[in-house]
Amino acid sequence: MKSAVVVFPGINRERDMMLALESITGQKPLSVWHTETELPKVDLVVVPGGFSYGDYLRCGAIAARSPIMSDIRAKSLKGLKVLGVCNGFQIITEAGLLPGALVRNASLHFVCRQVKLRVENIRTFFTNRMAKGAVVSCPVAHGEGNYICDAETLARLEGEGRVVFRYAEGTNPNGAMHDIAGIVSETGNVIGMMPHPENMIEPLHGRTDCRPLFESLLAA
Amino acid sequence: MTPAPDPKITAEIVKAHGLKPEEYERFVKLLGRAPSFTELGICSAMWNEHCSYKSSKKWLRTLPTKGPRVIQGPGENAGVVDVGDGQAIVFKMESHNHPSFIEPYQGSATGVGGILRDVFTMGARPIAALNALRFGAPDHPKTRHLVSGVVAGIGGYGNSFGVPTIGGEVNFHGRYNGNILVNAMAVGLADTDKIFYSKARGVGLPVVYLGAKTGRDGIHGATMASAEFAGDAEDKRPTVQVGDPFTEKCLLEACLELMASGAVIAIQDMGAAGLTSSAVEMGAKGDLGIELDLDKVPCREEAMTAYEMMLSESQERMLMVLDPAKEKEAEAIFHKWGLDFAIVGKTTDTLRFVIRHQGEVKADLPIKQMGDEAPEYDRHWIEPPKLPVVRAADVPAPKDLRAAILKIVGSPDMSSRRWVWEQYDHLIQSNTAQIPGGDAGVIRIGPNKAIAATTDVTPRYVEADPFEGGKQAVAECWRNLVAVGATPIAITDNLNFGNPERPEIMGQFVMAVRGIGEACRALNFPVVSGNVSLYNETMGQAILPTPAIGGIGLLDDLSKMTTLALKQPGDVILLIGGHGSHLGQSIYLREVLGREEGAPPPVDLAAERCHGNFVRDLINARQATAVHDVSDGGLGLALIEMGLASGLGARLDPLDHVQLFAEDQSRYVVTCATSAVAAILGKAAKAGIDAMRIGEVTADARLIIGGAASISLGELRGIHEGWFPAYMAGEL
Repeated sequence: MKSAVVVFPGINRERDMMLALESITGQKPLSVWHTETELPKVDLVVVPGGFSYGDYLRCGAIAARSPIMSDIRAKSLKGLKVLGVCNGFQIITEAGLLPGALVRNASLHFVCRQVKLRVENIRTFFTNRMAKGAVVSCPVAHGEGNYICDAETLARLEGEGRVVFRYAEGTNPNGAMHDIAGIVSETGNVIGMMPHPENMIEPLHGRTDCRPLFESLLAA
Repeated sequence: MTPAPDPKITAEIVKAHGLKPEEYERFVKLLGRAPSFTELGICSAMWNEHCSYKSSKKWLRTLPTKGPRVIQGPGENAGVVDVGDGQAIVFKMESHNHPSFIEPYQGSATGVGGILRDVFTMGARPIAALNALRFGAPDHPKTRHLVSGVVAGIGGYGNSFGVPTIGGEVNFHGRYNGNILVNAMAVGLADTDKIFYSKARGVGLPVVYLGAKTGRDGIHGATMASAEFAGDAEDKRPTVQVGDPFTEKCLLEACLELMASGAVIAIQDMGAAGLTSSAVEMGAKGDLGIELDLDKVPCREEAMTAYEMMLSESQERMLMVLDPAKEKEAEAIFHKWGLDFAIVGKTTDTLRFVIRHQGEVKADLPIKQMGDEAPEYDRHWIEPPKLPVVRAADVPAPKDLRAAILKIVGSPDMSSRRWVWEQYDHLIQSNTAQIPGGDAGVIRIGPNKAIAATTDVTPRYVEADPFEGGKQAVAECWRNLVAVGATPIAITDNLNFGNPERPEIMGQFVMAVRGIGEACRALNFPVVSGNVSLYNETMGQAILPTPAIGGIGLLDDLSKMTTLALKQPGDVILLIGGHGSHLGQSIYLREVLGREEGAPPPVDLAAERCHGNFVRDLINARQATAVHDVSDGGLGLALIEMGLASGLGARLDPLDHVQLFAEDQSRYVVTCATSAVAAILGKAAKAGIDAMRIGEVTADARLIIGGAASISLGELRGIHEGWFPAYMAGEL
C-alpha cells in the first residue's frame, strides 16, 4: 500500500500521520510539497491536520487552491483514495471533494479531548476491519469542526449511508449536525474526518482503538 | 514618503525613554558626546530592566548553574541539558505579563511565540509547552475577560505552531487584579553536537535578517515592561506586538533546515528590543563589532525611521551570521518557506555597533558597553519580617467536614483546570505520555525514554516568607517530577516581583533568590535559564512575589512512569513523610476559615531529598502503583485528586482536619499491592522515614474518611469540574 502525505505551510500533524501509516502499513509514505503539480504514483493520498496558511481567510480555503490540489482533484475523480483528517477534512471540503463545510465549534473554543466515535459504515477503505456500530475512543483537536450542510445534502448523506463516523455517547465536541464526525464521497474513495485516529494507535496513547482503521488500508 | 526627522533630545524625552538622569549622564560620558535620537532609543532598549537585569544580576549570580548534565547555563537564548544518547533538552520560561494585561490574546500569544523562538534558535525542535498564569480575584470585573483572552492566546499560538501544551498553573488572587502574570515555558529536543549559539565568530561575515517583515508594532515593548502601570495601561496597547504562529511555524522549519545545511555560524532571535538587542548580543558575545544597513531591512510599513526599525518588536524574526559560501543555499531555503531573507550588515573587528540609514550614520556605539557591560545596581533591600507560626491547636475544626471538603474542592484555586487545558492541543506530535491534570506532563523522546516537565510556585507562601517560599517552589517542582517517576535534572526560573526600587520588594527578591539557590544546591537541581520580571505593580500595589519554577526530569525507562490515578481495588494507601501539623497559609485556613495568615510550612531540604529518593526507588522497583505529591489542600485534596483521576474510591482511617488539610512539605501518597506493604514500611523505617498505612483503594466510588465523612466521587467530580466552566459562563 503506497501512500503520500501532502504538506502545506502550516500543516503540523504530518509527522504524526506519517508515523501511523508507516508503523501500521509497513511502508513509509512519501511527503509531497504543496507546490508540486503532480502526485507520485500512490494508492492513497492523505491530507493531514494542522493550520495550513495559519487558517487565515477561512480554514482550508487557501490550501484548497494550491497547485497540488488540482492533481489530487483530478486523480480522485479517477478513483484515487483520499483521506483528509482535521485540517485535511476542511481542505478537501473547501476543494469540493466532499460536500458541506466545517464551521466554528458551537462552544467557540478550540477543544482537545477524547471523544467516542461510532463506526456507521464499514464498507470503506478506512473502516473495513471494523465492526458495524463499534464504538472507539479517538481524540479531537480543533476549533472549527462543526459539520454543516444543507438539508438535502444531509438527507442524501444519511440515506446513502455516507456518514462513516458519528460522535457517540454524548461526546459531540463541536455541535456538528447529526453528530457527524466523518463522511465519505458518493464514489466511496474520498473520506474526511475531524478526529485524529493517528493519535490513538499505541499503548502510549492510552488505547489502540484506531489501529484497525489503518489496518483497513491494507485490505482495501 | 520620507521618514520623519528625529526630534531634539530633551530631559522629557530622556525620561520618556525610562532612563534615569544619572543613567543618561553615564551614556553621554560613554559616548563623549550627546547621543543621536536613534542612539538614545538603542540605549533605552538595552539598559532597561527587562533586557539588562540591572537590579537582579548581582543576586542571580548566586544561583547554582552547573552540574554534570548542564551543557549551557544562563546567558544564552535557553538552557541546555544532556539527557544521554546524544540528546539534549533545551528549555526556558519567560514572562509576558504587561502585554497580556493590556491585550490578553496577543500578549499571551506572543509570549508563547517568543519562548518557542528562544528554544528553536538553539537548534531544538519544540516538543512541549507549559505555562504559569496568575489572575486577579474571580469577582474583579476584568478577570473573566483576561482569563478568556490569555487562554485563547496561548492555545491560538501553540496549537497552530504545533507544540503540545502539557502543563501549567492557573491561580487567582486579588493582588494580581491590576497586573496579571503570564509565564510561558518551552521545551525542545536537539542533538548534543548540534546546538547553536548567539556568539558571532569571524570578521567580515554577512549578518542576515530572516523571517517576517519589520513593522511599527511593539516599539518600546521592553521599556514598557520595565515600568509600573499608572492607570494608563489601556493607552499602551500600541506597544503590544501581534503574533503570527503560521509564520513562526514556517520560520521553525526553515531554521532547522538551514541549520542542518551547515550554513549557520551564529543565530539570535529578535525578541525584546528586536534588531537592537539581537545584533548587540551577537557582537558583544563574540567580541566583534556589527554594522547594519537599514536600507536593506524588509519593512512592511512605509517611511520607517532608523529609530523605529531598531526598536520594533515585530514578531517571528531572526538574525544570523552565515557562512558566505552557503548564502545561496540559505536564501533558497527561506524562499521555499515564503520568508524574507536579506543581508543587512556584516561583522567587524571594531567593537562598534554602527547603524546606517539612507546614507547617514544613525548610531555609532561601543558594543560591549551596550550589551554585557550595561549598568548594574546593588539596590537597597530590607529583610521582610517573619510571621508567627499558626499553631494547629488554634485552628478550629470545620463545623461540617463534608461541607468544608466540598468548599475546597470547588474553590477557584483548587477546582479542575480542564476548561483551560482542553483549549490547548496536548496530544500533537504523538508523544504525550501524561496529559495535564497530573503531577507533571510527560513526553516521549526515545523508544522507551521520556522527559517530565512541570511549573510550580506557591505565591502566598513566598509573600509570607520569601526565603521559605523560594525553597518551597523549587522543592514542589522537584517533588512533582519525582511523583511521575522522573529523575529531576534542572530548572528555569521566572522571577516575577514588584518595584525593586522599594527596599521591601527588593528584600522579597533577595530572600526568594536565596531560598531558590539553597533548594537547588540541596537537590542538585541547577538553574540553566530564566527571566526576571520586575515592576509588576499598579498604582503602588505590588503582586504577590511569584518566582515560578519550571523543572525538567528524565525517565530512563518510560514503562515505569507513574500517575496519580488509583489503579486497583484492594491496593493499600501509604503516606510517605508522616502526618502534618502546619496550617499557616493553608488552603483550609483561607477557603474555610477566611484567614490568610501565619508562616508558610518550612521545607526541610534533607528530608525532601530523602523522601523523594525513597519514592523514586519504589517506582523503579515497580512497587508503587500510584503516586501523588501532597501540596495545596493537604492530604485530603491529594486523595480526592487520586480518586477523581481513576474512578476508584478510598476507605481511609479516621483523619482529623489537621491531618487532612495540613500543608507540610516533602510528602507523598503512594499506593501499592497488599503484598508489598510490609517490605515498603520496613525499608522506610530503616531509612528513618515516617511512613504509614492510611487506608485502602475501593471499587466503591466514594471517599470514606473514618466515620466522619462519606462523599461519592460523582458529587466531588461535579463540584471539582464545575467551577471553571460556570465561572467563565458568567454563572457565578
